[in-house]
Amino acid sequence: MTPALSIRNLTKIYQSGYAALKGIDLDVQPGDFFALLGPNGAGKSTTIGIVTSLVTKTGGKVSVFGRDIDTDFSQAKSFIGLVPQEMNLNIFEPLIQILVNQAGYYGIPRRRALERAEYFLGRLDLWERRNDAVRTLSGGMKRRMMIARALIHDPKLVILDEPTAGVDIEIRHSMWEFLRELNAAGTTIILTTHYLEEAESLCRHIAIIDNGAIVENTTMKKLLAKLGTETFVLDLRTPLAHLPQLTGHDIRMLDDHTLEVEISRDHGISRLFADLSARGIEVLSMRNKTNRLEQLFLRLVEDSRKRQGGVRRKRA
Amino acid sequence: MTRDQKLVAYMTICRKEVIRFMRIWLQTVLPPVITTSLYFIIFGGLIGRQIHDMDGVRYMDFIVPGLIMMSVISNSYSNVVSSFYSAKFQRSVEEILVSPTPNWVVLSGFVTGGVARGLVVGVAVTVVSLFFSHLHVYNAWVSVSVVLLTSVLFSLGGFINSVFARNFDDITIVPTFVLTPLTYLGGIFYSIQMLPAFWRRVSLVNPILYMINAFRYGFLGITDINLYLSYGIIICFILVLAAVSLYLLERGYGMRT
Repeated sequence: MTPALSIRNLTKIYQSGYAALKGIDLDVQPGDFFALLGPNGAGKSTTIGIVTSLVTKTGGKVSVFGRDIDTDFSQAKSFIGLVPQEMNLNIFEPLIQILVNQAGYYGIPRRRALERAEYFLGRLDLWERRNDAVRTLSGGMKRRMMIARALIHDPKLVILDEPTAGVDIEIRHSMWEFLRELNAAGTTIILTTHYLEEAESLCRHIAIIDNGAIVENTTMKKLLAKLGTETFVLDLRTPLAHLPQLTGHDIRMLDDHTLEVEISRDHGISRLFADLSARGIEVLSMRNKTNRLEQLFLRLVEDSRKRQGGVRRKRA
Repeated sequence: MTRDQKLVAYMTICRKEVIRFMRIWLQTVLPPVITTSLYFIIFGGLIGRQIHDMDGVRYMDFIVPGLIMMSVISNSYSNVVSSFYSAKFQRSVEEILVSPTPNWVVLSGFVTGGVARGLVVGVAVTVVSLFFSHLHVYNAWVSVSVVLLTSVLFSLGGFINSVFARNFDDITIVPTFVLTPLTYLGGIFYSIQMLPAFWRRVSLVNPILYMINAFRYGFLGITDINLYLSYGIIICFILVLAAVSLYLLERGYGMRT
């Protein structure tokens, strides 16, 4: 099957000499919900910039649904919808005008553009503000407006560069729901985010980029399976006088109502509950101490930096 | 993109540009009309009465074509330079850059916007001039073609300026220090035949002289310059500036990193 996005040996060296991308390879399959994660300055936005032709690449090949962005740029661009990280709306223009114009740049006639604009403004709860200038919108509304703009020409591949940054939790969840529906309808989505629970909740495949190189590229399921242990925090119904002795569990007492337990994925959680129950300890609620993906992300980035540090030392 | 899609994209940019300057007509259309009216009153009405006929026509009638052309030049230029630079500054230009719209369509759209504003202001100034002069048209084809071509030329100039501009000061430098002096010295208020030989030769280096004279010929049938030479110079400049503009767009200069 032709990938929705195919990147081969992509390099970007800025005029300052800084190598933002060091020959990355990446495939995103049609219909996927793909997370592209990495620390600040890792190369995520540069990659997206090259794919959407806002950044000029130094070398390599990029194709979108089989169309090369250099030789068949018109077709390749028509497949992509971009929600950029930074706000890039004309703050003086009314929302409906921005959407109709954006559709026009893709050759969509005005009447059809108006219909589509009305649909997306309604779908993203912006209809009441359709004739207002962008400068009067809240931050969350501007984010939703950028999503509407990215979708106005019905792209097959939508790239969202930190779409929920600075957005309150309620709007974030409604945006997640919208993106899930969009993906379920067949649109391929690439998402970058610093909210790792967002990536874990939405995405099926994941690539982690650090220092201009891909350090992991796999399914979310396989990646999470790499996590050997998980740390849970348990809230207890009754206070404990002292730390219970449970063999086979690494357990700590945070306070008289709270325990922290590290559980190996091989052992599972059932035995812990059985042991606690046998000692008359009743658990009210349980949560992960940190996001699972966050643990893995930090570990992978740290490993990658150690390796690169080693390489640098050898070269030196 | 198909031909129809390109046409839709072109019309979209044109409409956007026209709506933009008409929405703020108090800043874009009215000021040049008021300024030019003051020229008519002061230079034509008050001072002009003390001046003899110029090339056989009343001084007021002599300066009208030049003042219309001056409005067209400055407004065509400033429309594109401010619109495209604002789009760059706010990064809304990325809306177009990520789209499949070809560069020549983008350029044509912005240039058409500049021409539209130049012509709207030019027509408004022409209407005002009728209160002060007995304007008649000697050759309508020459008048229309020269004003259109000149408007295209300076729209392209404004586009190139906006591409290189890094701040709002940069978009006022060329109009203030280059365009205005060249326009004033381009024979709006005088015939270059009045100048000493040396300054007459120096004036011939000024491209705006050719545009104003050709436009004046369209109205009054008089010119200091050969009409075909004027057309040749205007068209050459258009071709060069269009090529430079397209090259800059292709390279993404000032727009892509």
